Amino acid sequence: MSRSLKKGPFIDFKLEKRILEMNDSGKKSVIKTWSRRSVISPDFVGHTIAVHNGNKFIPVYITENMVGHKLGEFAPTRIFRGHGGKQK
Amino acid sequence: MARIVGVDLPKNKRGEIGLTYIYGIGRSSAQKILDKAGVDRNIKVKDWSDDQISSIRKVVNESYKVEGELRSSVQLNIKRLMDIGSYRGIRHRIGLPVRGQSTKNNARTRKGRKKTVANKKKATK
Repeated sequence: MSRSLKKGPFIDFKLEKRILEMNDSGKKSVIKTWSRRSVISPDFVGHTIAVHNGNKFIPVYITENMVGHKLGEFAPTRIFRGHGGKQK
Repeated sequence: MARIVGVDLPKNKRGEIGLTYIYGIGRSSAQKILDKAGVDRNIKVKDWSDDQISSIRKVVNESYKVEGELRSSVQLNIKRLMDIGSYRGIRHRIGLPVRGQSTKNNARTRKGRKKTVANKKKATK
């Protein structure tokens, strides 16, 4: 079930604050975040955000199309290297 | 023969059912269309008069996205997911279930026919 519209999208407060600060000052730098659950809002567009995948930070460049998705969708947590192969 | 948005409808079915042969129209929207066009739901497709057909056609064209248009918009949505590199897009790309289903067994709809692995030995003690 999708989230109630009444509440609006969820964005981690600290992350949002840092993005808005950068927008005001016009600076651009990579932001590290663990907040995979945050929704990408239109303010994020054009920034690069390093999203934690449990192991390391994956840099994600935010484009217009990504608005409305969550940060975690762009930093995969599992690596699949294929099945089987030659037996030793 | 009733042709609506390029689809031949089956003659011997009730209108409510016949309309669902169009891609993008199911039972519930078929009922809404017929009510809006002022056609009784129980009239068979072959018994529709020309006036009724044209009013149905009008309703469908005005307010429903069907057939080719709908198919292409679905494809575009999938393509968008793939282009932005989201998790769902990646699952589409490699042909695995997109919505978090288990893939240990089954999932054959997305994975296709079974690919048997040759010489897979049973675990021996």
